[in-house]
Amino acid sequence: MAKEKIQKQAAPPLGAWVPAVALGWLIPGGGHFLLKRTGRGGLLLASVTGMFLCGLLMRGAMFQPQTGDFLTIIINTGGFLGDVCSGILYLLSVWLGYTQADVAGHVHDYGTKFLVTAGLLNILAMVDAYEIAIGRKD
Amino acid sequence: MHMNLSHFEAAFLFSLFTSVVLGVVTKRTDRDRLHYGFYTFACFMLALFGIGWLMYFGHG
Repeated sequence: MAKEKIQKQAAPPLGAWVPAVALGWLIPGGGHFLLKRTGRGGLLLASVTGMFLCGLLMRGAMFQPQTGDFLTIIINTGGFLGDVCSGILYLLSVWLGYTQADVAGHVHDYGTKFLVTAGLLNILAMVDAYEIAIGRKD
Repeated sequence: MHMNLSHFEAAFLFSLFTSVVLGVVTKRTDRDRLHYGFYTFACFMLALFGIGWLMYFGHG
């Protein structure tokens, strides 16, 4: 009976990827800029920032973590995490006093989704920066 | 300043931004990234018009 050899890959050193991922969180595309992928970084910066600004201009609501029933926790905490993942865009808008009540209307509703999706797209950008930083991707 | 978009305009912008990011992060060569970005955008548009017509006919 052949014994399967499980090759355990060593975890990449933190110093190799943490700066790129952290900068990628703070500034969308920042991780790519740090890793000298300026073209891709520029596209990510433009897309995530464009999505977030459209969300603000449509007066989307920012989520706040809430307790209550399971669905309320999932939606509000997940939405809050999505918002926070936009990095400096989220921090600036909160620091500058952006507030919007959750009201009915398709434009406002699209705005809320744009704000969350900007953060989710930035997570994808951070994962990409991580893969580039550890050499898994060019 | 306030942006008042139609459903189509909002969905178009959403598709555009999302397609660019998906194209950039998913593939390994610039050519593949460009193709995948256009492919994703085309899928968004197809779904947008397809579901739009479905809702139109569904309402009778």
